[in-house]
Amino acid sequence: MSAIEAQTYRITRADLVAYAEASGDPNPIHQDETVALAVGLPGVIAHGMFTMALAARFVDEYVGRPGQIEQLSAKFTKPVVVPEEGTEVHIEGEETDGRIRLQVTCQGERVLGNPVAVLRA
Amino acid sequence: MAVDPTLDGRQFPPTSAYSVTAQRLADFAGATGTAWQPGDPAPATFPIVVAFAAMQGLMRDPSVGIELRHVIHGQQRFVHHRPVHEGDELTATLQVTGLRQIGGADIIATSSAIHDAAGVLVCTAEATLVHTAGAA
Repeated sequence: MSAIEAQTYRITRADLVAYAEASGDPNPIHQDETVALAVGLPGVIAHGMFTMALAARFVDEYVGRPGQIEQLSAKFTKPVVVPEEGTEVHIEGEETDGRIRLQVTCQGERVLGNPVAVLRA
Repeated sequence: MAVDPTLDGRQFPPTSAYSVTAQRLADFAGATGTAWQPGDPAPATFPIVVAFAAMQGLMRDPSVGIELRHVIHGQQRFVHHRPVHEGDELTATLQVTGLRQIGGADIIATSSAIHDAAGVLVCTAEATLVHTAGAA
């Protein structure tokens, strides 16, 4: 088992707008604070898939080249709230024989449940 | 109102073909600061774009009984049978693989088989959707 160097990624609402455009998910709770508050959220939240994409980025950066992830899975346990000034997502991981267990947190709380990546053999 | 109780096992029609272009890959990777250069395979979560279209098909089908604004993405898993590349034409065919109720919420398990233009299975994208409109 080997620990992977931890990374902290800064994210902003502009990133969420870009992601919404690129992914085809225009749900306004990821862009518009008024809408997010109206449905009972604490504020604008990142798409769960945005956070999962950060986890994939972390693995790509660790491996050093893209396209090596064979499997990737996670539960969306807690929303990543993105205030006007942005926030940070912190990722740690450890690899055992091509299987990478991740820990993805925001403001000290885990935002993905049991995130795991399996690399191609 | 809960969803159609006979939903489990139902397969939905394939989505229309999605063209994977360099621009689309660059935009998707760029939004999360993921390094990507022309010729590189797609980021691992990119097939969600196609799977999402298939999920929209499920959620917008009036016979299913889902209220879109009450759906939460609970869980996601990708199995890549081969990397996605620029030039791929992808379609997703979604099947409901499980349906249960917990605390008044519908937990809908789905599996979208993503094929290329030659009909080869490229990726399997499993999503669990939590529909809370049945809750009191």
